[in-house]
Formats: sequence, C-alpha cells, structure tokens
Amino acid sequence: MAEIVLDKVTKRFRDGTEAVQEIDLTIADKEFLILVGPSGCGKSTTLNMIAGLEDISDGELRIDGDRVNERSPQDRNIAMVFQSYALYPHMTVRENMEFPLTIAKLDKATIKQKIDEAAEILELGPYLDRKPSDLSGGQRQRVAMGRAIVRKPKAFLMDEPLSNLDAKLRAQMRTSISRLQKSLGTTTVYVTHDQTEAMTLGDRIVVMRAGIVQQIGTPQDLYERPANLFVAGFIGSPTMNFLPGELVNSSIATAIGEIPISDRLRSGLSEHGPTGRDVIVGIRPEAFEDSRFVDDQTAFTFPHDIDIVESLGSAKLAYLDVDIDARAHEHFAEIAQESGAEDVFGSQQIVAQLDARSPVREGDSMEISFRPDDIQLFDPTDGTNLTEHD
Amino acid sequence: MTGAQIRWSILNLVVVVYALVPVLWLLSLSLKDPSTFTDGKFIPREWTFDNYKNIFDVGEFTRPLINSIGIAIIATLIAIVLGVFAAYAIARLDFPGKNVMLGASLLIAMFPQVSLVTPLFEIERRLGLFNTWAGLIFPYVTFALPLTIYILASFFKEIPWELEKAAKMDGASPFQAFRKVIVPLAAPGVVTAAILAFIQCWNDFLFAISLTSTDRARTAPAAISFFTGASQFEDPTGSIAAAAVVITIPIVLFVLFFQRRIVSGLTSGAVKG
Repeated sequence: MAEIVLDKVTKRFRDGTEAVQEIDLTIADKEFLILVGPSGCGKSTTLNMIAGLEDISDGELRIDGDRVNERSPQDRNIAMVFQSYALYPHMTVRENMEFPLTIAKLDKATIKQKIDEAAEILELGPYLDRKPSDLSGGQRQRVAMGRAIVRKPKAFLMDEPLSNLDAKLRAQMRTSISRLQKSLGTTTVYVTHDQTEAMTLGDRIVVMRAGIVQQIGTPQDLYERPANLFVAGFIGSPTMNFLPGELVNSSIATAIGEIPISDRLRSGLSEHGPTGRDVIVGIRPEAFEDSRFVDDQTAFTFPHDIDIVESLGSAKLAYLDVDIDARAHEHFAEIAQESGAEDVFGSQQIVAQLDARSPVREGDSMEISFRPDDIQLFDPTDGTNLTEHD
Repeated sequence: MTGAQIRWSILNLVVVVYALVPVLWLLSLSLKDPSTFTDGKFIPREWTFDNYKNIFDVGEFTRPLINSIGIAIIATLIAIVLGVFAAYAIARLDFPGKNVMLGASLLIAMFPQVSLVTPLFEIERRLGLFNTWAGLIFPYVTFALPLTIYILASFFKEIPWELEKAAKMDGASPFQAFRKVIVPLAAPGVVTAAILAFIQCWNDFLFAISLTSTDRARTAPAAISFFTGASQFEDPTGSIAAAAVVITIPIVLFVLFFQRRIVSGLTSGAVKG
C-alpha cells in the first residue's frame, strides 16, 4: 500500500541517449496504472527504475514520501512479475513462493500459512510440489503472481505478464489479475504494449513514445480526447482513420467530401490557432455507420465504393480505398513507422465499422454517415490535437 | 537397414576400434606374465595380477599416485573457485577490458608450454618451489583457468538474467541471489569444468617431469617413465602397462560418477517454454 511519485525521473545511457525523459507521475495508493507504448518507448525502463533494477540518472523517485533513488531493490519492498515469469527452475512451486519469505527470515509456521493462503487464491494447491518445468504457461504465470503476493509488498510491478500466453488464456488472466488487484488493494504498475490490456485493466493509462509521456488519463479520456496523433492512433481497435484535409471557410475539404465544422471543432480551432490551413482529420471506425441506419439530420453522408467487407458477427468492417495518403506529412509518416503498424496506421484505406444488419457487399457503392462532431483534427506538423480543450 | 545406416555403422565401428585397440592392448599387456609378452597373442594365455602387485609392492608407484591425486584435486579446486568468479563477471558485468581479459586467457591456453619449462625451472628453483606440490599446482591452475573460465562463462550466459533480477526483487542481496539461484543452476557447468580441469592436471607429463626430482612431488605419469622393473634385468613393460591402467581408472570413475549431473536442460521451465 503505497503512493509512488516520479519527479522528473530521467534515464540516460552511457552514450548519452535518453531512454526516459523527465517523467512526472503520481501513482496513487491502490491505483492500477498502465504504462503503454510501442517497443523501445521507455516503458520497461521506467518500470525497472521504480523496481531499482536500473539506476535513475536524474530526478527523484519517492515511495510513501521517502526518496528511494539510492535504495537497492531488496530494500524497496516491491514485488515484480516478469514477462518470462523468471521462476527458479531448481525449486518446486512451493519453494519458489517461499523464496521471498525465507529471505525475509519469517518463521516456518507463518510461511506455511501464507503459502497456503496464496495457493488458495491462485488455485495452485495441487501443483505445490511440482517443478516449474512441469507446469503449463498459465500455471507458471500464476506461480509468478503467487511469489509476488505472498510478501504483501508495497507495490506490484508487472512487465508484460500476459504476453507469453495464448489469446484465450490472456483474456482469462486479465480478469483474474484485475480481480486480484482490487481485492488486495495493492498499488500496481503494469507495462504492456497491448492497447486492449491497457484499456481494460487500467484505472489510468500513461502512453509513452520515445521516452516521452504523450498523455496520462483514464481509458475513456484517451479514447475520446487523445492529446495527439500518436495517442489517437495507438488507442482503439481498429485504428483510427486519418485523412489529410484543408480548412476552407466553415468546412474541411477531404478526399471523402467537405465535412462541416461543428461548434466544438470551431472553438477548439480558434483556441489552438493552427499553423496553416492543412489539418489531419481523425475519425474512429466506430463513428461510421451505414446511412440506412442513421436518421440524424446533422450526420455527414458520403457515397463510396466498398473494397472489402469483414464480418465480425457483431459488426461489419468495411474497407474503403481513398487515394490520398496522410503519410505525405512527414510527422505522420514518422509516427506510423514508430508504431510498427505502417500497414494499418494511416494507410490509403478507411475502415468503417458498420451495423451487422447492413447488407453491404464487396464491390458495392453505398452511403456512409458519421456525425461531424465525432471527428478530431490534428496539426500535421507536430501532431497536436486541435479540437480538444485542456 | 538402409545403405546409409550400414555405411554409418561401419564408420562408427572403425572409429571405436581405432580408439579402443591401444587401451585393450595395454590392458592385455598388464595382465600377461612377463615371459609371454612376445608370444603374439592379444588375449593373455595365463592371466596374472603380478604386474599390479609389483608396482604397489615395490612402492615406487604408491607415493606418486598420492601426489597425483592431491595435486590434481587442489589445482582443480583453486581453478574452479577462481574460475566461477571470473566467469560470472565476464558473463554478467560490462567492464572495460573484458574482451582483453578473455583474449588473454585464450592466449594462455594456446601458449606452447614447452617454452615455459626452462624459465619455470629456474624460477621455482630460486623460490624453493622446485620439487614441491605447490610448484606443480601453480602452473596447473594457470593452464586450467582459461578452460574453466570459458566453460563457466558460457554456462552463466545461458542462465536467464531475469532469474537474478527476480531474486533481487524477492529481497535477496546480490550474494544471496548468486548463492541460492545462480550457483545451483550453474552446477552442471561447474562439474563439467571441474572434470576437464582435473583431467588436464592429471594427464600432465611435461611439467611433472621437469619440475620434480624425487617422489616428494613427482606425479604418476612422470613416475611411470622412471620404472625400471624389480631388478635391472627385468623388463618393466608389464609394470608400465599396469600403472597406465591404474591412472586411467580415476578418470573413468570421475566421469561415470558425474555423468548424470552433466545434463543440459536444467534451466528448462525457468522462462517461457
């Protein structure tokens, strides 16, 4: 149970590159905080600095108000779950979970009681005398969790703990981690590159890119009000669509027509004062709808050919080819490349999520609608969101 | 059997025979009566253990055998302890001169030992180390270290670093993490390195013959070359063969005993698999 404060924490490597730049973050007691970003964004480095496995080059790390920069990991009373689980292969499950308690020199009876308690919570009872090599991936993952919780540490640090599991097990473990964290009420910092995990688990999410925090907020905040192009593209699945556009009087000229500027956009634009007339229009796939199912008078409707239709059962994804590519903008191209998702991030395609009842077929031409108020506008030079108020 | 299998079987047979014939010949000689050495029979007509009795009765072999065992064990222990620490540093730490150190140890392993005999002889005579156990232990440790460092470093590199981090997060001090997590996992590597170091010390002839002058420190291989037989008219071939068989036995036992522990895959299950 602890509050963790990162005060301008920086990690600089010997060759001068900064893996993490001046991160300011207050993790409240009992909070479940997610660090998310593409690989190499500094999220794991940040976690390792909190753990004490990496030195902090600059800034201060405080746990419960005490500066802990100089404390070694064993003096910080923090438990960590590793991506590889890092179970001790020469010890049984019981010995693995006992390890932190034996090191802490607890007496035998207390140790036994704590192990039994943890084994009960994690349903590891039948496996206590097995070696890690005889366990399945999910069981190993639970042993790693068990080793972390037996000690009642001040905080849990988790470094992509689910990325080695298959999709179904991952979804299961995700809910059980969430439940476990709620019932124990232990401050948790969780690193992942998977935006779904981030959205479903976190009380708050920190999106990082190239060592810099892009945005901190609740899952809903990040989804509805992304601070910049990067966050907008990273959060949400399928990825947000990006179209280059030009501001013309009271509308935005784009490849899919002139989209009227709503009041919210107008006030945002006047506040930010974009540098030029060029903007990037961001529209979530979920904002689109087959116009047959829309009776909103303010909706913007455009006709288009449909190239590919994917049925998900609960919805249909329609892919529309557009001939203008947002990647013509240098900043955008850079972000797309960094996200490692060039093929989906701002491709020359628009993805629209339509009602499952829509009779749309590949090769059809159809009318698609969306509310002009549902779009976001971004500055193509630095990616900032032009329509959000701080 | 397919043609390929037959070809491989023949090839294997040739290799095995080629390797075993000298050993069996030695065994046969050691069990023959001296008068039948030249009878041209591979299998002795009359079996006798006289040769074995002789080498221990005359006493010219007992003391060198004790020297051999003592010197090889002490040299191996020292080489392993130093090697464990050096190899751990090489595998885990990033320090300036790391590659120079590895290069230097490789250089020592490659160094022609013959060229060191004369200087070592002079140095040890002046230091009073000539014809002592220590006089042999020092060069043995020197030449066993590169080997142990290489073997152990590659074993330490195989152990996932995350295990050590996990131990630290679990509250262990760096030394506790090393002792309770790393060393047990590196045990097969330590045993392998120890066997190889022991064999190297045990088999040495060059230093043993050059740096000793009496039974005080002379090891078994060197002592065998001084065998003359019970009397000057006796052919020592039988004794030499018997002694050669005797000094092979510890090596065979050593390897058989530790064979089960030299198993790879002890780290399986540590990380995802």
